[in-house]
Amino acid sequence: MVLKAFFPTCCTSADSGLLVGRWVPEQSSAVVLAVVHFPFIPIQVKELLAQVQQASRVSLAVLGTWCHRQQESEESLGHFLEGLGAIFSHEPWLQLCRERGSKFWSCKATHQQRPGTPGVSSEDHVMLIFYDQRKVLLSHLHSPTVLPDCQAGDATASAEGLAAIFDTVSRSEVLFCKNQFDEGPVRLSHWQSEGVEASILVELAKQASGPVCLLVACLLSLVSASGSCRLWKLWPLPFIASKLSTCEQLRHRLEHLTLVFSTQKAQSPAQLMRKANMLVSMLLDVALGLTLLSWLHSSNRIGQLANALIPMADHVAEELQHLLQWLMGAPAGLKMNRALDQVLGRFFLYHIHLWISYIHLMSPFIERILWHVGLSACLGLTVALSILSDILALLTFHIYCFYVYGARLYCLKICGLSSLWRLFRGKKWNVLRQRVDSCSYDLDQLFIGTLLFTILVFLLPTTALYYLVFTLLRLLVVTVQGLIHLLVDLINSLPLYSLGLRLCRPYRLAAGVKFHVLEHEAGRPLRLLMQINPLPYSSVVHTYRLPSSGCHPKHSWGSLCRKLFFGELIYPWKQRGDKQD
Amino acid sequence: MEDKRIFSDICGGRLALQCRSYSPFCREFCVSCPRLSLRSLTAVTCTVWLAAYGLFALCENSMILSAAIFITLLGLLGYLHFVKIDQETLLIIDSLGIQMTSSYASGKENTTFIEMGKVKDIVINEAIYMQKVIYYLCILLKDPLEPHNISQVVPVFQSAKPRLDCLIEVYKSCQEVLAHQKATSTRP
Repeated sequence: MVLKAFFPTCCTSADSGLLVGRWVPEQSSAVVLAVVHFPFIPIQVKELLAQVQQASRVSLAVLGTWCHRQQESEESLGHFLEGLGAIFSHEPWLQLCRERGSKFWSCKATHQQRPGTPGVSSEDHVMLIFYDQRKVLLSHLHSPTVLPDCQAGDATASAEGLAAIFDTVSRSEVLFCKNQFDEGPVRLSHWQSEGVEASILVELAKQASGPVCLLVACLLSLVSASGSCRLWKLWPLPFIASKLSTCEQLRHRLEHLTLVFSTQKAQSPAQLMRKANMLVSMLLDVALGLTLLSWLHSSNRIGQLANALIPMADHVAEELQHLLQWLMGAPAGLKMNRALDQVLGRFFLYHIHLWISYIHLMSPFIERILWHVGLSACLGLTVALSILSDILALLTFHIYCFYVYGARLYCLKICGLSSLWRLFRGKKWNVLRQRVDSCSYDLDQLFIGTLLFTILVFLLPTTALYYLVFTLLRLLVVTVQGLIHLLVDLINSLPLYSLGLRLCRPYRLAAGVKFHVLEHEAGRPLRLLMQINPLPYSSVVHTYRLPSSGCHPKHSWGSLCRKLFFGELIYPWKQRGDKQD
Repeated sequence: MEDKRIFSDICGGRLALQCRSYSPFCREFCVSCPRLSLRSLTAVTCTVWLAAYGLFALCENSMILSAAIFITLLGLLGYLHFVKIDQETLLIIDSLGIQMTSSYASGKENTTFIEMGKVKDIVINEAIYMQKVIYYLCILLKDPLEPHNISQVVPVFQSAKPRLDCLIEVYKSCQEVLAHQKATSTRP
């Protein structure tokens, strides 16, 4: 196989010295991490390598020599470098050489021992691949072929393809801590040899994060302890809490906060990204919430809203009354059964009358309630939206009640009709065997059954029409609530930090690499430039998406239609903890 | 070593194939598609603007005209950046891997790199495409769990769609490199 030498771009202008790095025999590639300059003592170099190997669990070795000819007459350097091959024996021994001012390099890889031809050194073809050390160190490879058992805490660095290169560089961070201004015995050249770069703000933030996390974690544990005390378990509070989406959203946010401010450090890059995503999305949420709050409290919007709310509720009730009057007449030219029509119509009208009275009872307190509820927007825009969805559900409670009455009535009717239809044909439902069996009925059973069947059939259009109208109204309300929940879900689960990272520092999220062939001269080794291929935006969203607490409808369209036809109640939002139907 | 030849694609359009051999084990094949023709661009723009003018004559709303200009501009930019591929390149490097690059008319480049350990073979396959039977070059990938099975077929030169004579040139060159790679990888 062709020998591949991965050489960092920062060392191309370094002085002559020894090449230090890792040799991967399975792929016949040598990953050069740093250049050790003269003067050095071989024992100290070996000690340093042993230290770094212990700390990083990457098998480092001296791979060869690097010769950068600054002046014309430096042949003695060449002989000296060849002598070093005897001190640091490595199989194969790499010799890279660059003329000053020339773009083309010369590379040699010699093997001392070959089975079958002892004592004769042979040469291999060498391919030079340049890589940007800083970018490869900071990037995280998202390869679909990275096997799940290769975790960050693995004992040894992986040897699988390109993951080997990335792994080697990222684990050898210990080697890059020494720079040329250190007073150590060995002088190294690598990407940080000009001095470690750091930002004061980042360092201060790191120092401050410890006590801040501790403080916030204590506060959060207090909050969750008070939330789980016995007072909240009294019925009907858990029932109400499970139906309100605000409580669900608050619980979700509390979970996120606990995770972000936990005092444990993140174990893997994925966990770190998740924490960062949660923090950024919460900050954005709070910022949007505060904007909404300032907009609401400016120019007395709350007062205007409260003043508009009662007339709006009145208007909705009036429209419902008109609708019922229309149904009680001859809706769309259909002829209804007058008696049943009047009964149902009057029943629903009385209901609306009760609802209006309650709303008018509450009207003096509306503004105060709205003002306090508006304050909750400082917890985040998602909380404000959840409260909006809950207020909508409460204000349209009467529509929900009408839907339940209509659906129950219709369901009873359909049940009765199907059972009597079986009687009509002389069959019966066998509960034990869960199937339809034939049955011989008495004459009076048949007579009464047929009579009831006829009555139910002729009353069906009326009931069906009421059911249809109220189901459509209910579906409209559910659609509006669904859109609000979708928006809340989007804000909850979008990985903003990852998207920002992909936009500003695309090399951090790597999908793979790409190679670019550099200028080539015949007879010289091939030179390639390895660059990082960033992850596409859709993969970023897919990989780093936060798990959402949102409950998606569990039925397919087919089962929904079936439920609607048979009059079964549909619950679009199954909250966590509810038993499945 | 460079070599440029003219071939045609499956619809009869003109393609240029450029073969570069950097070394015995590194070769590059570049297929250039025909550029965006002024005729088709003018035709599309005229159609859209005539339709907009017709709507304007009906509705007397000048927003339609500005919307038409906007749509034309955005559509053209979107087409150049996301749809129109100018050049497709295949770079094969012995013992490293195979790289496929598509360059769009706006300058965007989309690169995919497949490591040599995952490549089983490069073959020319037949396919039924609408009413035609066409040939296409594809890379067969190994299944990581079972090396004798093929896990994926990756087609090359998908938007250029050259004809068989062009594909045979590329195929022969690639097989030389792969044969060399297989021979040297069996050495200890």
